[in-house]
Amino acid sequence: MAKRRLRIMVAKPGLDGHDRGARVLARCFRDAGYETIYTGCHQTPEEIAAAAVQEDVDCLGLSCMSGAHRFLFPETVKKLRELGADDIQVIGGGIIPPADFQLLYDAGLKGIFVPGIALDDIVKWIEENIVPNIKD
Amino acid sequence: MYFTKELMDKSSKMARKWEDEVKKAVARHADQKDDWSTVSSLPINRLYGPEDIKDINFEEDISYPGQFPYTRGNQVTGYRGRYWTFRMFSGFGSAKDTNERWHQLLDAGQTGLSTAFDFPTLMGYDTDNPKARGECGKCGVAIDTLEDFMVLVDGIPMDKITTSMTINPPATVLWAMYCAAAEIKGVPLTKIGGTIQNDMLKEFIAQKTFMCPPEPSVKLISDTVEFGTRHVPKWNTISISGYHIREAGSTAVQELAFTLRDGMEYVEDVIKRKGLDVDEFAPRLSFFFNAHIDFFEEIAKMRAARRIWAKAMRDRYKARNERSWWMRFHTQTAGCSLTAQQPYNNVVRTATEALSAVLGGTQSLHTNSLDEVLCLPTDHAVQIALRTQQIIAEETGVTNTIDPLAGSYFVEALTNKMEEQAWEYIHKIDDMGGMVAAIDRGFPQMELADAAYKFQKQIDSGEKIMVGVNKYVIEDEPEIPLLEIEDRIEKEQLDRLNGVKRKRDSKAVKKSLGDMRNACKKAENVMPYCIEAVKNLCTLQEICDVYREVYGEYRDPAMY
Repeated sequence: MAKRRLRIMVAKPGLDGHDRGARVLARCFRDAGYETIYTGCHQTPEEIAAAAVQEDVDCLGLSCMSGAHRFLFPETVKKLRELGADDIQVIGGGIIPPADFQLLYDAGLKGIFVPGIALDDIVKWIEENIVPNIKD
Repeated sequence: MYFTKELMDKSSKMARKWEDEVKKAVARHADQKDDWSTVSSLPINRLYGPEDIKDINFEEDISYPGQFPYTRGNQVTGYRGRYWTFRMFSGFGSAKDTNERWHQLLDAGQTGLSTAFDFPTLMGYDTDNPKARGECGKCGVAIDTLEDFMVLVDGIPMDKITTSMTINPPATVLWAMYCAAAEIKGVPLTKIGGTIQNDMLKEFIAQKTFMCPPEPSVKLISDTVEFGTRHVPKWNTISISGYHIREAGSTAVQELAFTLRDGMEYVEDVIKRKGLDVDEFAPRLSFFFNAHIDFFEEIAKMRAARRIWAKAMRDRYKARNERSWWMRFHTQTAGCSLTAQQPYNNVVRTATEALSAVLGGTQSLHTNSLDEVLCLPTDHAVQIALRTQQIIAEETGVTNTIDPLAGSYFVEALTNKMEEQAWEYIHKIDDMGGMVAAIDRGFPQMELADAAYKFQKQIDSGEKIMVGVNKYVIEDEPEIPLLEIEDRIEKEQLDRLNGVKRKRDSKAVKKSLGDMRNACKKAENVMPYCIEAVKNLCTLQEICDVYREVYGEYRDPAMY
């Protein structure tokens, strides 16, 4: 059976507008051949979860530079689960101190990416870890 | 011609000989790489000589310090009269936490204050808004009402210390709080000095802290310019900022061009909307640039910036006051040049960048702390950053003479190149109908997206080097101490806000907000009403909600 194209959403929860990383990643995912959706800045966890379900994505990438990831990332996962979207894999990135990694993994994030990582390495990680959901 | 014909003849003969020698040398031993360009990918020659600056017009291009076009600086005495202002950007947690750090910085020899607000404050939300959850005090200080603001400026002599506030969509409200606080402390508005960033165009282009659409956003800015001109003459009501444009991924030329074109948009709006004469307000316009890692490109950019602005003000807007021709600017070293890997290397990057800002003739400087790529800076990291400026000012000798790089074939040629390429962009944006029109069609946003993506690809391929990231990497680095913002801050701030809401005069609040709404609808200047509203303890969000209601909300077009 042919593998369908991976659908990925890049989202920016919270009020922080530092979107350089998110936009570079969105373009990188598009160039990697994924169906890519970028939400733009200033989304609430509720809005992001609803959009991810609506768009039926395989993977949701959250970007945060403000230090509010400790609340925003777990909250987004929680909202996804409330909508029954257990199959959407969540990854995150931004200015995230190593001390917070465990808290985010415990909250259900599958991968965390911090400054300095190459785009190709992120794509490689996705190829190895994210499987498109075959529902239809 | 800048040189005599005799010298040019001699020079070209010698240049030919040198070029032959280079060819032979390269044939024996190839260059280390093919591409030699700035961090912005501007190609750089192996050597610069008389040929590269032969068309310079000394009077119109270089001149003298304090004389048009100010390429060599605004101040006739350079840094001998006074150094640039050592202005470290700071703010975190509660107003009390930030006030304590301010006193610490002033005790350590800092000469001006600069405020970082948290995201809810920056976006015009109170701490009790659901959208503010998790953000309170995280990357700046949380301010909801005038009561918080009074704590922030406690013990600060407002008639002596100038304060810069990095605030954009709700700039009217925070500035109103500053004015109200001064009045309460008995300092007349004519005595207070400082800056509000208040530059919305670069928010749409780069930093994405926005509230209302571009057109009414520019209207509110013109209100502050008018109010400042009439009542707060020592205040810089806009800091037209390239910093964020650069951080979002632009090249040096794009930073220069978009920032100056933004400045021109504001000048045109104030003249058209308020009927002020350009010389009444232009002397209070200020600018803010990034000092990135490419040393000479940054120096050339800053020298070109002063020259372009002087020419634009004199020729395009017919300003007659020399002060209107001056471009005064603050500089911050480049956050995006710092690395989370081997963070102590950031001290060296910041020192180099700070030196370029000084050689570029900045009036004010913030140096980033080595840990800012990981979190808000610790006290110790801030101290090293401040000491970096003090060492440059007082040990290195670079302040002995004014604009020491003037006349360098390379620096002058690069300055010309910057100016030429910036004007190309400026004219292109003119042709689109101005910056608001250009933003509406996504032009500057997409230019930045392209440049940022290209740069990331260059890093990933090793074409551009970041030490510790794609070269000289070490595994398993030791961790460095980081500042943590405790989650208790949010709870305490909520309690304080609720306390103010309980005790204030709700009738006065309602009346103030009604007056604000009328002012907005009638296109009156909002500032007097805004000062009244903050004095009556209207919250930041209550006032911003009036703006949202009357002017509408802007949504991120999410371009990539």
